[in-house]
Amino acid sequence: MPPAAATELSGAALRRTILQQSKRAGVGHIGSALSVADLVAALYGGVLNIPSPDHPDRDRFVLSKGHAVLAVYAALAIRGIIPVEQLDTYCGDGSLLGVHPEHVLPGIDFSTGSLGHGLSFGVGAALAARMQGSARRIFVLLSDAECNEGSVWESVMVANHHALANLIVMVDANGQQALGYTDDVLSLSPLDDRWRAFGWDVHVVDGHDIAGIAATIGRLDTTQGRPHVLIARTVFGKGVSYMERQIKWHYSPMSDAEYAQAMAEIEAGG
Amino acid sequence: MRGAFVRTLTALAADDPRIVLLTGDLGYMALEPFSERFPERFFNLGVAEQNMVGAATGMAEAGFVPFAYSIATFAALRPFEFIRNGPVWHRLPVRIVGCGGGFDYGPQGTSHHALEDLGVMRTLPGLTIVAPADHRQMATALAATWDVEGPVYYRIGKDDRTEVPGLDGRFRPGHAETVREGEDVLLLACGSITPEATKAADALAAGGVRAGVAVVASIQPAPVDDLVALLARVPVVLTVEAHVVSGGLGSLVAEIIAERGLGTRLVRCGVRTAPDGVSGSQAWMQAAHGLSAPALAETARAALDRRAG
Repeated sequence: MPPAAATELSGAALRRTILQQSKRAGVGHIGSALSVADLVAALYGGVLNIPSPDHPDRDRFVLSKGHAVLAVYAALAIRGIIPVEQLDTYCGDGSLLGVHPEHVLPGIDFSTGSLGHGLSFGVGAALAARMQGSARRIFVLLSDAECNEGSVWESVMVANHHALANLIVMVDANGQQALGYTDDVLSLSPLDDRWRAFGWDVHVVDGHDIAGIAATIGRLDTTQGRPHVLIARTVFGKGVSYMERQIKWHYSPMSDAEYAQAMAEIEAGG
Repeated sequence: MRGAFVRTLTALAADDPRIVLLTGDLGYMALEPFSERFPERFFNLGVAEQNMVGAATGMAEAGFVPFAYSIATFAALRPFEFIRNGPVWHRLPVRIVGCGGGFDYGPQGTSHHALEDLGVMRTLPGLTIVAPADHRQMATALAATWDVEGPVYYRIGKDDRTEVPGLDGRFRPGHAETVREGEDVLLLACGSITPEATKAADALAAGGVRAGVAVVASIQPAPVDDLVALLARVPVVLTVEAHVVSGGLGSLVAEIIAERGLGTRLVRCGVRTAPDGVSGSQAWMQAAHGLSAPALAETARAALDRRAG
């Protein structure tokens, strides 16, 4: 895979594709994809070691909150793992680019879409890497509301027990879920203390500071010790003023006027 | 059967480093032959079956062949969506091992009676399903299927002594194994209840009824051609399974009879009632649901009488 130019794989570039394709396909989940755009930009902009999409020792990435995968499709296109034109099949008939990721698509390591599954895949992948003596790392991106799922905490316990230092979780902590704010629906506050109580190495970061995210990950010891979690404080709908922190934008598609305003704000915000 | 499973798996693991054994904290005095010989490939992942199946999926993606072991209800039913979204969706070689399919855990009660596992597993295309009838067939079936493409569900029993007469450990994927010929009535059985079917055939023979018996351990892929050939020879067939009558072997045979337009009359012998809180030994539970050898023989006679009448 050719190295991507830093200017190409920016949060703004991912947001541009997220908005374009959501508008073209007439579908929602826009706010969630915008929320993780900078985390995904950090991963595909240099954090993930992917010599090729099927290299056995590539870092693995599990997008456990599969409904935000449009941000990943955008990154895969910029990195040249999928053709840019393939983005235009998003949500189309016979497409591999659905609203949730399919592992059949090059660059997608694991299929997801049902919350609470991805971290268990990551635990097994991390155990496998250790057994194989590989230095590869396993990244799993969860949503904060996904931590409602009891299965997440099964995996949290097992990862800690087996000292899976090669496992790096990022929690997209935007404080929202489908029908409301997480503290109103099913509070997990303080989220960082809960992960700490389960024995993890916890880092609270600004989920929109790409350089800061990459720097934090770069300092982690992934060879021994505890598993790592970045509680990434994010803004749902980040970059589009009328979407930010608004529950409506978990599901709603954009009107023409809303689309024009959103694109203008992304271009202005860079 | 469980002992044969562990012995066979341990022998296979000696030759293939991809084999890994996971357990959801069950298998005391059973899994030790493997765990003591290959401690680096044995993981007790705790009482957390959802994570166990997901973790097996992550391991399989990296090239391992993980076996995920628990009691059949906990192995198959609790993490069902993880099986669907993990190894089945990803087409990865995870092996789910459910011990005690049917009433094997008799007095442990309803929570431990695996009566729906075959039915739910049969809804998953791409999943191989194996339900051996005795310990010798267990060993043969594991050796024949451990390395197939895609995931496998093994429904195994606990009995490592009883043998099904005439089976001699035979197993072929996609085939039924005839253990007794007879043209008046056919008994099709799977799993640890199979000896009741052969004893019922003995009782029928004593009364002059020629009863055939075949073992259907390869539930998926189903032995369609074999069953069509067997069913064409008899007027009445009984399916015998320690399972609810919907979804399992009885349903499989019903589908074949209907889709092939066969004239064979089917009697599904299995569990037809909701749990009532009463439990007992495996034999007692089986008898309570009409699955003892005398009850099966009586059911066969009644079906033949109705036909004659």
